[in-house]
Amino acid sequence: MANLKELSKVPERLAGGHRLCIGCGAGTLTRQTLLAAGNTPVVVTCATGCLEVSTSVYPYSSWKKDSFFHSAFENSAATMSGIEAAYVALKKTGKIKEKINFIAFGGDGGTYDIGLQSLSGAMERGHRMLYICYNNEAYMNTGIQRSAATPRGATTTTEPAGKVKPGKEQHRKDMTEIMVAHNIPYVAQAVVGDWNDYVTKVQKALSIDGPTFINIMQPCPLGWGTKPEDTLALGRLAVDTNIWPLYEVENGVYKINKKPKEKKSVVEFLKPQARFKHLFNSNPKNAEIIESVQKITDAKWELLLKREGGK
Amino acid sequence: MIKPIYSKGKIVAKTGNEAMAEAMRQIEPDVVAAYPITPATEIVQIFSQFVSDGIVKSEYVAVESEHSAMSAAIGASAAGARAMTGTAAQGLALMWEMLYIASGLRLPIVMAEVNRALSAPINIHGDQSDTMGARDSGWIQIYSENSQEAYDNMIQAVRIAEKCMLPAMVTTDGFIISHCMEVVETYPDKDVKKFVGQYKPQRALLNTKKPYTLGSIELQDYYFEHRWQLAEAMNKAQDVVLDVAKDFAKTFGRKYGMYEKYKMDGAEIAIVVIGSTAGTAKVVIDELRKKGIKAGMIKIRVFRPFPAAMIAKDLAKVKAVAIMDRADSCAGTFAPLYTDVAAALFAHNEGKMPKMENYVYGLGGREIAPEHITAVYDKLAKIAKGKAKPSNKVEYINLRK
Repeated sequence: MANLKELSKVPERLAGGHRLCIGCGAGTLTRQTLLAAGNTPVVVTCATGCLEVSTSVYPYSSWKKDSFFHSAFENSAATMSGIEAAYVALKKTGKIKEKINFIAFGGDGGTYDIGLQSLSGAMERGHRMLYICYNNEAYMNTGIQRSAATPRGATTTTEPAGKVKPGKEQHRKDMTEIMVAHNIPYVAQAVVGDWNDYVTKVQKALSIDGPTFINIMQPCPLGWGTKPEDTLALGRLAVDTNIWPLYEVENGVYKINKKPKEKKSVVEFLKPQARFKHLFNSNPKNAEIIESVQKITDAKWELLLKREGGK
Repeated sequence: MIKPIYSKGKIVAKTGNEAMAEAMRQIEPDVVAAYPITPATEIVQIFSQFVSDGIVKSEYVAVESEHSAMSAAIGASAAGARAMTGTAAQGLALMWEMLYIASGLRLPIVMAEVNRALSAPINIHGDQSDTMGARDSGWIQIYSENSQEAYDNMIQAVRIAEKCMLPAMVTTDGFIISHCMEVVETYPDKDVKKFVGQYKPQRALLNTKKPYTLGSIELQDYYFEHRWQLAEAMNKAQDVVLDVAKDFAKTFGRKYGMYEKYKMDGAEIAIVVIGSTAGTAKVVIDELRKKGIKAGMIKIRVFRPFPAAMIAKDLAKVKAVAIMDRADSCAGTFAPLYTDVAAALFAHNEGKMPKMENYVYGLGGREIAPEHITAVYDKLAKIAKGKAKPSNKVEYINLRK
């Protein structure tokens, strides 16, 4: 568990005045990431996307205390591979002595889609880095296009809801489990809205001598059509409806970090969001979609419980 | 045949790939990130064996694609390490996005590149379509005629790249050089290491005392200036190439320039060529000279930066010149080398031009034999005497139409 009193002593590492939208969860999670990093220096890479363009507008940078590097969209992990290899090489020859942590950021587009190969390669090679997917379930930086992380039924600008299509027709792919299948030492799901769970996970990941992965769901007021002030509550609602369970897999052992006392219907999560608004009209086909989302959510939860060992 | 020049040199038999890997062993970069591709695979295979045997201290990152190879090299270089990679053809094409980022961020990565035809149709043999496609990427391009040059160019490229803060690729022709066993003179490790020197980056992501942001977004307000600075750095790179060559000649005895002039004194007809074909052409020129025909050649070593003013001066008095391209530009007016040579002559010689022809040859490894080059000179001789007109379009050599 992270200690708030101790965290309050860590100096601020992400400057205000960045250009993220009001209510954007990416700013929140980035600050929490750097808080969790404590007093150990980090080098950060970031895939092209919201976080990158809004924190590093030349000649300014929000990255006050740490080196920040962006090279392209699909290669945050590959780029970090090179940085980490450079660290190992320079440490071997005595040119670097101190401990540095390596954190690679990518959005869901840069992780689930275009950056999947580069991420998979970096994880398989075992570079010591924490890869964080800040997952807002679509290409938000370019204007809300569909990604492999977009959930079924959501309207996006490249698979919009229309007269014959209900928005995205497929369920999202399970990136967290894909990373588990890489047999890396640590994989976790987190959410913007539960700071303690997330900070604890980042701390744990950074303490591990190997590749680690956190998939953090990040509500996006612009792309989800929600109120800026609801970002954190919505994240928690994703957990309480089992849409996005908080869990971690350490050396293959599953642990669910939060089990909702009373399971809420997925409708409670979907309804406040404009991206799902069309699902609540009178068309019976849309009711079927909501039902399928509930079904897959339930099935995944059951599977997760089973993987944890039925506890 | 290579003759020993350096007093402490060693005469060995090496393929182009082996020669490049040997240079890499002696340079001993901090990080090599690479992905296998014919005909360049051997270079990184040999190098990875050096790593596995503890002969070098370098970190070898066996990435899952060439895009990641260049991305990792970029990361390593930005981190403050000396970084290298190697590739060919499709691999270079897959790196294309990252080539511009390496140069735009002014990262002195050195690449061993083996020239190979681009798909489709898929073909593994030598032509220069791959690197010609990267000619505007802001990479210094150094071509080699044989294994010796490949070895020497690799050693020089590190110094050139780091001095200019520009990435550099050293190339050989696929199979013709990469897989051909030749006599090479290598120099002692100590002397090569001394020549190359230690890498002292101006900035490093791993320098926690001076953290910095790299790869920022720049829009209408700054982007143009930074791209102009890149072009300026490329323009100034010519002096660095020549300085390093001078020091190389002083140290090891072998002389290099932006290009090699072969029998250009008093030449009336000439060809301009890149890579291994120059070796074949030299045989042809010697024969022609025996017959009293004043034939010469310019063999381009450094294609980027392009030595425009120098070439214009050296071709000013030639009556007819054929530009030999081992890459096509698919209905650009002419192929890449011709375009640059013609523009150089036009811009620097007050419009006074020799008669010019453009030949595309050897695509996909198609043979270029002495008789093909002799035929080019025969035509040039007729043009020079006013008995034939130069073609106003690309002509193809040894092609079934």
